[in-house]
Amino acid sequence: MEAITDFVSAIVLLLNFIVVPGLSYGSQLALGALGITLVFGILRFANFAHGDTMAFGTMMTILATWWLQSKGINLGPLPTALLALPLGITATILLLVMTDRTVYRYYRHSKAVPVTFMIASMGVMFMTNGIVRFVIGPNDQRFLDGKRFIVHARDFKSMTGLSEGLSIKLSQGLTIVVAIILVALLFWFLQKTRTGKAMRAYSDNEDLALLSGVDPDRVVLVTWIITAILATIAGTLYGLDKSFKPFTYLQLLLPMFAAAIVGGIGNPIGAIVGGYVIAFSEVMVTYAYKKVFVYLLPQSLEPQGLLQLLSTDYKFAVSFVILVLVLLVRPTGILKGKVL
Amino acid sequence: MSNTHKTQLSFAVIALLLIIIGLAQSWNVSLGILNLCLISAVMALGVNMQWGYAGLLNVGVMGFAALGGMSAVLVSQAPIAEAWQASWGQMVIAALCFAATIAVSIACYRKVAAGRNRNLALALIIIGGLALTRFFFDPAVTAIESIEPAKTGFLGGMGLPIIFSWLFGGIVAAGIAWCIGKVALGLRADYLAIATLGISEIILAVLKNEDWLTRGVKNVTGLSRPVPYEIDLQTTAWFIDFMRWWHSGSLGALNEVEQQLAFKQFVINGSSIFVKLCYTGLFTGVLVIILLLSVKALNSPWGRMMRAIRDNEIAAAAMGKDVTRRHLEIFIIGSAVIGVAGAMLTTLDGQFTPTSYQPLRFTFLIWVMVIVGGSGNNMGSVLGGFLIWLVWIEAEPIAVWLMTFGTSWLDESNVIRIHLIENAQHMRLFFMGLVLLLVLRFSPGGILPEVVRKQGS
Repeated sequence: MEAITDFVSAIVLLLNFIVVPGLSYGSQLALGALGITLVFGILRFANFAHGDTMAFGTMMTILATWWLQSKGINLGPLPTALLALPLGITATILLLVMTDRTVYRYYRHSKAVPVTFMIASMGVMFMTNGIVRFVIGPNDQRFLDGKRFIVHARDFKSMTGLSEGLSIKLSQGLTIVVAIILVALLFWFLQKTRTGKAMRAYSDNEDLALLSGVDPDRVVLVTWIITAILATIAGTLYGLDKSFKPFTYLQLLLPMFAAAIVGGIGNPIGAIVGGYVIAFSEVMVTYAYKKVFVYLLPQSLEPQGLLQLLSTDYKFAVSFVILVLVLLVRPTGILKGKVL
Repeated sequence: MSNTHKTQLSFAVIALLLIIIGLAQSWNVSLGILNLCLISAVMALGVNMQWGYAGLLNVGVMGFAALGGMSAVLVSQAPIAEAWQASWGQMVIAALCFAATIAVSIACYRKVAAGRNRNLALALIIIGGLALTRFFFDPAVTAIESIEPAKTGFLGGMGLPIIFSWLFGGIVAAGIAWCIGKVALGLRADYLAIATLGISEIILAVLKNEDWLTRGVKNVTGLSRPVPYEIDLQTTAWFIDFMRWWHSGSLGALNEVEQQLAFKQFVINGSSIFVKLCYTGLFTGVLVIILLLSVKALNSPWGRMMRAIRDNEIAAAAMGKDVTRRHLEIFIIGSAVIGVAGAMLTTLDGQFTPTSYQPLRFTFLIWVMVIVGGSGNNMGSVLGGFLIWLVWIEAEPIAVWLMTFGTSWLDESNVIRIHLIENAQHMRLFFMGLVLLLVLRFSPGGILPEVVRKQGS
């Protein structure tokens, strides 16, 4: 009997520290990587400003949340930020469409090389970063309200009688649900609607799409709008789950790029796969497995060290090593990239 | 206006700005800015070699600069004998294990035919080798870090004069660049950018966490100096005499008591300016050497070949040029120059703080310097380094002043006014982005564009 409870405890431990955080972080990365991959598929450049676009969208959502909270409006158990999202998204769409009009359109029309776009996106990154820091400051902001947990570790323990607790934060559950809905909507849009098909055609073969009467300006506009929606939601979910700090969003750029490239850049399904691959490897490599083995092995074989492969500070290294491995072994990514 | 005139005029403007800052704020501030301008110019030269000569997009400048900073610690700190005694045996074994792991995996990669078997064997060799390495390495690290953790807790350095670290920083950066280049060069431009971005984050993670090497986030402070200390100067006879002679005019007009006080102040200010001037001399020396070598290299057949590869890789390859090899070469040289600049910066600061390396300041700002100055033109990069650093530093007080002035119609205690003034400093990021975009759009060659010599001229 004790062997069974120990086994279940080990499973719960893994669920609590690997599966749940991995799923929610992976969903956040996947939504971010989708934005990068869309811009890459349609506009054909690596968008360095994406992390800061996320920060901007989140900041706008936070401001709207505070405004709603000051009016006494809330969603009960759910965070008020959900109600504020449309406002944040609208602001981000305005920002992205404006940067496209003022910056990228010129290079698109003059058929500039991708590297020029990329350097321009660095400029946009600087400007967006400046705006975010100017408006909300460089410090941590918390904007989570409502219920904190779906499953609380203490309740779980008393309910099951196990010595290990499973806790699922509301923000984690919310992230996974919202990500599923959003991805389903995106795929429906890309597969079934006329505009979505035009986008895929444009990404596949620009000249042929233009010949068939696809309006490039419209495709680009829609791409930026979708990117804004994805970035704002991804950023807000990340902010709800962890906390909002402009600098962290700049650092998210690397795992998001890694996710997009690992999955196959330009391929939306690849971005999702890549997001989870990166997130799970980060969590798994930096988790200390000692307790799991304490449950699984007999006492005489109890491990001595922490059984942690790498300290948590090396999580960037993990995404990068995966990135390099994929580039060397399979340059197109896990799923073949470069087509929407 | 010819390019030479433009160069002269631009540098005259910079000199004028520095003089204005010297008169309006103080010469101390002005020289402080000049020193960082010189370091920025060296860094920009390094990036310009990679991007301007060869078209390689290195977004990992921060990492190489941090490696230079690390070498300043490793060269100048005195070795910690106890730490070495406690750990050297295990450290050597661990190093051997690590080297053997790499050697065996490379051999396996070369000898075994590609396929599932090779991948499996490689994975086993790497995992087994790393586990073995850590078996010896972890206790060694614990031993090192337990020796006076509040004061040292690391291996220390070589105890040499810190000026050698400038060379050593270049060598370390070059070595790491070789490893990176072997793996990452040959990737498409945008992949290379992301790869280098990742590598710089990894280098920073290592420097922050490997306490046995660099004390990590505990920082190493009080690095030795290549120039005298202010406090020593203030008690040195020749310096005091020099100051008396220099200020004899203004001192003569005062009475005895005032003279004493004023003179004391003069000596304190003077010592600080003297130290900064020493640094300026050293940095200018390094900048001039690197600049001369760069100009020579760019105008040599080798430089012509680099530009040919940059402008058309396929054509250059068809002419028998080994593109990947040349790319590796320039990547290493450029990174070494960045490493030198990084070591200079840490020397100037007198301390090594891994947390101070931020990508916006150390990677993207350098890129703005190169693009704005003029990619492909060495003088352009130097100018960009000077100009952008000046703007970066002075934008802060100017933004605060503008905000204070612009909101003066609001009440002192107005929340919006306080917020605007407090956060005004962040506007410089916005401004930098704007400058980059404007230059990229309206003057893609930068202020001093690349000089393209046509045949026969």
